[in-house]
Amino acid sequence: MADGLGRRLGGHADGLLLGLAFLAWPAVAAGFGLEWTLDLAARILIYALAASALNLVLGYAGLVSFGHAAFFGAGAYVVAILAYHDFLLGPIVLFGLEIPGTGNAWIAFPLAVLVAGLLALAIGALCLRTSGLYFIMITLAFAQMIYYLFISLPDYGGEDGLSLFARSELRPLDLGDDLAFYYLCLGLLALVLAGKAAVVRSRFGWALMGIRDNERRMTALGLPPYRYKLAAFALSGAVTGLAGALIANLTEFVSPAFLSWPLSGELLIIVILGGMGRLYGPLLGATAFLLLEFWLKEWTEHWQLALGPILVLIVLYARGGLGGLVDLLRRGREGSGHG
Amino acid sequence: MSFLLILEQTLNGLQFGVMLFLIAAGLTLVLGIMNLVNLAHGSLYMVGAFVCAWVSVETDSFLLGLAAALPATALVASVVELLVVRRLYSRDHLDQVLATFGLILFFNEATKMIWGARPLRLDPPDFLSGTVELLPGAPYPAFRLAVILVGLAVALGLFLLVTRTRLGMLIRAGASNREMVSALGVDIDRLYTVVFALGAALTALAGAMAGPIYSVEIGMGESVLIPVFVVIVIGGIGSIRGAFVAALLVGLTFVWGRAFLPGLFGLVLEPSTASTLGSAISAMAIYILMAAVLIWRPRGLFPPHG
Repeated sequence: MADGLGRRLGGHADGLLLGLAFLAWPAVAAGFGLEWTLDLAARILIYALAASALNLVLGYAGLVSFGHAAFFGAGAYVVAILAYHDFLLGPIVLFGLEIPGTGNAWIAFPLAVLVAGLLALAIGALCLRTSGLYFIMITLAFAQMIYYLFISLPDYGGEDGLSLFARSELRPLDLGDDLAFYYLCLGLLALVLAGKAAVVRSRFGWALMGIRDNERRMTALGLPPYRYKLAAFALSGAVTGLAGALIANLTEFVSPAFLSWPLSGELLIIVILGGMGRLYGPLLGATAFLLLEFWLKEWTEHWQLALGPILVLIVLYARGGLGGLVDLLRRGREGSGHG
Repeated sequence: MSFLLILEQTLNGLQFGVMLFLIAAGLTLVLGIMNLVNLAHGSLYMVGAFVCAWVSVETDSFLLGLAAALPATALVASVVELLVVRRLYSRDHLDQVLATFGLILFFNEATKMIWGARPLRLDPPDFLSGTVELLPGAPYPAFRLAVILVGLAVALGLFLLVTRTRLGMLIRAGASNREMVSALGVDIDRLYTVVFALGAALTALAGAMAGPIYSVEIGMGESVLIPVFVVIVIGGIGSIRGAFVAALLVGLTFVWGRAFLPGLFGLVLEPSTASTLGSAISAMAIYILMAAVLIWRPRGLFPPHG
């Protein structure tokens, strides 16, 4: 019991340490003339945000969703489409109603979250009728459906994607300022992690983990697993949509690549790499994965030739992810301290 | 919309369908028997197409290319099975997805390094390069017709293999009870390698035949893998018969949707809306089909026993 408590506090300590590193990074980077790393760091934070959302269903509800790119891309496209209509196309005409486009983040971001959440609700309602292998393949298939839908929409750039003319307006913040944008990403990630910690500790979180570990028993206890899983899936999709809204602002460009299935795979890898079902795992995983990718790209044009086997090795031999490694190191240290 | 156009598109749908079946057959066997999700199955399809294209150009013979593609892909698959996939049978599906995702990255990059980033050209053999007059005034590419016939023949052969031969009996027995089969003295590891290589050879056949119709390029495996997953989900995981029925359904839905939906919408909507809406809906048609089947039967049309 005491050991478990200690480990939990310890886990928070690791997470806080990593958080502090990201908090201090812009100052460090400025000191060493590494301002260009802000873009990469912001990307890490955004991927960590999306992976945290995925971790809610993957780590705590045991649902292997291979389609989270759909929600990520949906969030990105909502922001981009609203901005596009604001700048160029004029109001969106939907069933005779005229909806003006907007570049205002106070409207666009919540709308991105809402659309991604509703999409997750619809897809989840169908996918959760199945389980296991079927669930993996069907989430993947529906995400591809969204992908092909956007490819076939010439108004929104089709395969070429859509450029934003500027970052969203989030008064009083100026998101055009890279530093302000970076801290917005960090703040939102902190908010989501705090929210997730609360959800995981709540009755809802315990019910999810119970369903993950023994669905039949939870049903016998009178909990409807389908509704719990669907709620978690929709929530996860909504938060992934927020990450999508941020990535659209970071790159000031959206393309079907944000909806494509390799992105779903990368998010899964980030969660696994950081350690599944750990609060700070996705941040650790995103940092490790994006840095690895960055360095491999610097090193060789054929970086995927190296990345692929590295992934295979991680899956085969490092199942607990980096979070597990941190635990192992600490246990080793504690062990030697006691002995 | 003339009768001839409908006939032509129906044949195109059948041709796409039997190709999907050739790819899906190996994948569904591996899924049903070894309980393994292999995302890299599409990579084997790509390897088959590239080997066929390369040997065809070198020897100036499509048939030699085809003859080389099948054993080469089966060999690659056996090596992958021995090195990586074998360690994944006992793992959960998430591990399998991630490890085979890693394999895809490797295969795509390796293919790019060997054959370059540009698509390869693959011509059909001379005796199939023309057209066949099915009905008076309705020419149809001979090669596509050959693909349909080969696909149907292989489907029949596979059905006979699984139901009538000793290997097929072991495959079915291995699917229902792995421990029992291995307790009876069957080398189950070797059986798995054989099934994996057999599936790879089928998918290589599909890849080689796809070459002259579509293009031989990096990533061709992934674009076909998703419709194949749809086929397997609709058919029921592990069911060859289900994969066959579902493959034809998906093939026809895909081709018919793309050919006729914009026109059908055009009857009731203004042209620009109709073409946008038509192409959008036709892009989603096979997924809508899948959703409909799942609402009706969550375990597919032909769910395996147990």
